[in-house]
Amino acid sequence: MVQKRRLLTLLSHAVMWLGVLLVAFPLYLALVASTHLPQDIIQSPMPLLPGSHMWQTYRDALLGAGHTGGSNAPVARMMWVSLVTAMVIAVGKIAISLLSAFAVVFFRFPLRWLCFWAIFITLMLPVEVRIVPTYKVVSDLGMLNSFAGLTIPLIASATATFLFRQFFLTVPDELAEAARVDGAGAMRFFKDILLPLSKTSMAALFVIQFIYGWNQYLWPLLTTTSENMYPVVLGIRAMMGGSGEGLVQWNIVMATAILALLPPTIVVVLMQKWFVKGIVDTEK
Amino acid sequence: MAAIEFTNVKKSYHQGAKPIQVIHGVNAEIRDGEFVVIVGPSGCGKSTLLRMVAGLEEISEGTIRIGDRVVNELEPAQRDIAMVFQNYALYPHMSVFDNMAYGLKIRRVPAAEIKLRVDKAAQILELGSLLQRKPRELSGGQRQRVAMGRAIVRQPQVFLFDEPLSNLDAKLRVQTRLEIEKLHRELGITTLFVTHDQVEAMTLAQRMLVMNAGHMEQFGTPEEVYHCPATTFVAGFIGTPTMNLLRNVPGIQAGIILGIRPEHLRISDNGWPMKVDTVEMLGAERLVYGALGSPDEGEPITLRINETEAPPVVGQTIQVLPLPGREHYFDTSSGLRVTAGDRVIG
Repeated sequence: MVQKRRLLTLLSHAVMWLGVLLVAFPLYLALVASTHLPQDIIQSPMPLLPGSHMWQTYRDALLGAGHTGGSNAPVARMMWVSLVTAMVIAVGKIAISLLSAFAVVFFRFPLRWLCFWAIFITLMLPVEVRIVPTYKVVSDLGMLNSFAGLTIPLIASATATFLFRQFFLTVPDELAEAARVDGAGAMRFFKDILLPLSKTSMAALFVIQFIYGWNQYLWPLLTTTSENMYPVVLGIRAMMGGSGEGLVQWNIVMATAILALLPPTIVVVLMQKWFVKGIVDTEK
Repeated sequence: MAAIEFTNVKKSYHQGAKPIQVIHGVNAEIRDGEFVVIVGPSGCGKSTLLRMVAGLEEISEGTIRIGDRVVNELEPAQRDIAMVFQNYALYPHMSVFDNMAYGLKIRRVPAAEIKLRVDKAAQILELGSLLQRKPRELSGGQRQRVAMGRAIVRQPQVFLFDEPLSNLDAKLRVQTRLEIEKLHRELGITTLFVTHDQVEAMTLAQRMLVMNAGHMEQFGTPEEVYHCPATTFVAGFIGTPTMNLLRNVPGIQAGIILGIRPEHLRISDNGWPMKVDTVEMLGAERLVYGALGSPDEGEPITLRINETEAPPVVGQTIQVLPLPGREHYFDTSSGLRVTAGDRVIG
């Protein structure tokens, strides 16, 4: 902190290292486990140093060549499902929220406040509360086991709409008026002025929503019954849910877990600069 | 270029059931190529009037003509106007060049022509070296010039300025004022300029439109407005320090207000008695504040004297008289100017 006392510095470093270890050790174990053969992992004590079967394990996992108890679906396919789902949810949320926030802030139409409050009130309801009726709708529309079913019900987002609304409110009226005088119509103003100004907020939101979409568990659990449409988070669970026919191949499970970690990590690392900017910055 | 014609222009807002009227019927004709300043205290409706010309506010009643077109129902972009906003309203993510070119791009002006016009405007405004910068990298004065450049490249029939100088410091304000004047001289485009600053109004205007509480009080040249204020409001608004408006002057009929500017009063041996309260030294001149008539119920009066004259002593009673022919008379109830023929003076 501000004080430069030796003891305090040592202590704060110790606490930080403890924190890092607490977070990192399980990850390390997962990584180690994914490089051994299944029978080595269940030995006691479990090996703490990386083994030599890394490539084989990951290949088996990606191609679904393992002999796990619950599920043998190829992780490559699961990753693909997860990636598409997370991307569609993130991009869809941003697109819809931008448009609805644009409508609520820049247009005077009847029942504008009702619309805003209707959106706002849904903030209070988590997906889980409306999961049964939503399931009914999705299944009636025949969207079970499809990307549409996985993504569309999760796209509408009050949080993102609210965030963009707050951002749009800070855009000076004069800017909109200047654009009008310049001859820009509403959508032209949206595209040429508002979108570029919202770039950083969009990036921040993309990171948050991508991870939100990637980590979905309960909703895919309900709407997907075919292994072909399992997202990776669900896949891991399915692999462990052995019905007793065979051993759970922990090396494959751990490899899948590590693989499932990668895309969100990449997104965060790549967009970190923008993410922080979007949350801190108001560049206007 | 075009003339602008206001015919009985009114504006009212609807707040709940009953409308609130903010502009009460403005009639004025602005000539082709004229520089007209709309001036008034804040909240008098001057910006609203300008925004009605721009098309940013609806016209509740009456018509506004630009050239030979009634523009009531036209979008801002179709009115052939360009506007400079108080906070400049530059697009923050665009370079100076793009800011100026944006309106032309929307109008599908060919790229070569855009470049030509922007370069020319940049040259006039000395922005040539800044074309690739972003607005946030510019100083206030430079942003102001970009905003003007954006208006110039459009080659509109009418320029509209909404208090464009109020965010600049005093020195820059004078400089920009001169630039705007020069620009108008060179381009000769009809200009409407809104300000609350009477110095800006007096120096820039060919004619000025004085507004108060949604009414047009007077529309005339700066000389007319200064020498012949049409109402007590104009008399009190234009001129620093403001005109003395006196009710209880010896020899003035009841129901008449005598207006006399501080600079048109002189110390005399057999004038009206004035008790001196304060004397302010302003450099080239002194302002003498005091009360006219009996010390108890005297009216406040201000007198401006040359620095070379001997200043009156505070607490002393001196005698003052107006310079002949410099008095103004107003009706007490209506506030309107009373012509020389009607006035009665002892």
